[in-house]
Amino acid sequence: MATSPQRRVDVAGLVIALILLILAGVVWWDMSKLQILSPYDLGPKVMPIVVSGGLVLLAIGNAIGALRGDLPARDTLDWKPIILILGALVCLIVLIRFGGGFMIGTALLFAATSTAFGRRAFITDFIIGAVIALIVYVLFAKLLTLSLPAGPLERLF
Amino acid sequence: MEAFASLADGLVVAIQPANLLFALIGVLLGTAVGVLPGIGPALTVALLLPITFKLDPAGSIIMFAGIYYGGMYGGSTTAILINTPGESASMATALEGNLMAKAGRGGPALATAAIGSFVAGTIATLGLTLLAPYLVDIAVSFGPEDYFALMVVAFVTVSATFGDSPVRGLTSLFIGLMLGLVGIDLLSGQSRLSFGVPELYDNIEVTTLAVGLFAVGEALYVASRRHIQEEKLEAVRGSLWMTKEDWKRSWKPWLRGTMFGFPIGALPAGGAEIPTFLSYATERRLTKYPEDFGKGAIEGVAGPEAANNASAAGTLVPLLTLGLPTSATAAMMLAGFQQYGLNPGPLLFAEQPNLVWGLIASLFIANAMLLVLNLPLVGLWVRLLMIPQPWLYAGILVFATMGTIAANPSPVELIMLTVFGVLGFLMRRFDFPIAPVVVGLILGPIAESQLRRALSISLGDPMTLLQSPISATLLAIALIALILPFFLKGLGRFKAVED
Repeated sequence: MATSPQRRVDVAGLVIALILLILAGVVWWDMSKLQILSPYDLGPKVMPIVVSGGLVLLAIGNAIGALRGDLPARDTLDWKPIILILGALVCLIVLIRFGGGFMIGTALLFAATSTAFGRRAFITDFIIGAVIALIVYVLFAKLLTLSLPAGPLERLF
Repeated sequence: MEAFASLADGLVVAIQPANLLFALIGVLLGTAVGVLPGIGPALTVALLLPITFKLDPAGSIIMFAGIYYGGMYGGSTTAILINTPGESASMATALEGNLMAKAGRGGPALATAAIGSFVAGTIATLGLTLLAPYLVDIAVSFGPEDYFALMVVAFVTVSATFGDSPVRGLTSLFIGLMLGLVGIDLLSGQSRLSFGVPELYDNIEVTTLAVGLFAVGEALYVASRRHIQEEKLEAVRGSLWMTKEDWKRSWKPWLRGTMFGFPIGALPAGGAEIPTFLSYATERRLTKYPEDFGKGAIEGVAGPEAANNASAAGTLVPLLTLGLPTSATAAMMLAGFQQYGLNPGPLLFAEQPNLVWGLIASLFIANAMLLVLNLPLVGLWVRLLMIPQPWLYAGILVFATMGTIAANPSPVELIMLTVFGVLGFLMRRFDFPIAPVVVGLILGPIAESQLRRALSISLGDPMTLLQSPISATLLAIALIALILPFFLKGLGRFKAVED
């Protein structure tokens, strides 16, 4: 891998190291509340201790990498499609949480993703997404006897 | 030969119509997802896990194996026709394969890939048949401390030894191990890292993690850099048939590719990338037509394609005999076994010989099906590439979310899916490998329980890990595999051979 000629401190890399450190702290804190019940079993604490320690070491490793600036080169980033897709996922979660069923949310997710990938036909894609959702619902619910969260629309079938 | 008698019994299972149908569905799905960029066999198995858990275990697992093999075939088509390999295992194929397609020799490139895959797949599956009983005999004598040491080896090799960066690989692994801690500890009944969220008490679903990382993460990543890359589909030009010359130049690379793919796949070294690039480098060195390399040399397609199929069969050796997954797809297959309460390993060979040998026998059948499906029908598969990218990814996300809520109809599960999707996106962006996370989540809890079992047998004395010769050797190997990449900064450079 080519390291960039001018080595600059990589801020994102430092943030990654910090997150790892926080995770290590959370794992440690959670571990400290556990109780050891058997004298011979090392108990549920061993693995969290190993993981927490490993994460600390890796945070240091990542921080060194970031300070030396030898993270792989990154391309520019287009945030709009990401926000669009994540927004649709949040809508889906909210709809399911409040009993709206998954079909509207799924159609929305289909249309939003499609838009994120550059299509400009939201209404058409929404209808396509709804049809796919319907087919999958029938397939899952009737053929494979799996339950999907139902809302007013789903109860029609 | 005991192995062949077992294989014959397995064949009886494999040719039952229902199982043949499962194998066919598997290879069809596998080829399709192999062809489509953005979805791989690991994701496909992950998506299918929730909807298959009510089906017959033997049939489902035969289907998963068909998907694995099929993905290896299908990946070559995409690699050859649009220089974006569908799978990392096909990256080496893309180098010469795409040049062949540009030079109007796409037909023979696809043919040598398909026939080479068949030859390699068959030889390697035969290798699996012969090797598995021996490994099972060895594995029977393994104590819990030996299993623990074996898993440590797998952790290190999968994450650190052969990646671009040991630190980033290990970071991925430890995130997986951390996720593996979530839930109720079976031995003590206490919950860890659950923060009072009931959905977290019964562990993080492997499916949710895999689908989030692979499907949602990939979709976010591709969408965010859509403005950068342009893909161009090469039409299949030229006869599909290989000339006599093509055959002459292909058969040795096929065999050599198999020799790389099977053993490296069988070692817990993880994945198909290393053997494919080793094969590519070897063919480049051995070829009688060095002037062709860089312009589309058939050897450069034949070797790596054979290697990646052989490695798929190789990966099944540790998976079936030891319960040790060494690639993302193998990890998902292990999750597939687990959802039926089956644990791959020596016991499975003893308790469910029909299932294991039926699976192995069906691999031969799947391979033959794939040859038929891929050679004459390649034109059909190419059409899949014409699905517009927006619809493709929109469809992937719809199936991803639906599969997740079908498995576990709770908004919390979808929140986790989204979070893992963001994690997958960030990991791709900062070049952290994905597979170690999945392997860590699946193997972490198993390794922990083996360790604790070993320690409770030894009354808490950790020296038990070093007193067993098997475990001591394995831990030494793990240590070497961990330290080596820091000193030899060249191990990960297999990937960079072409740069």
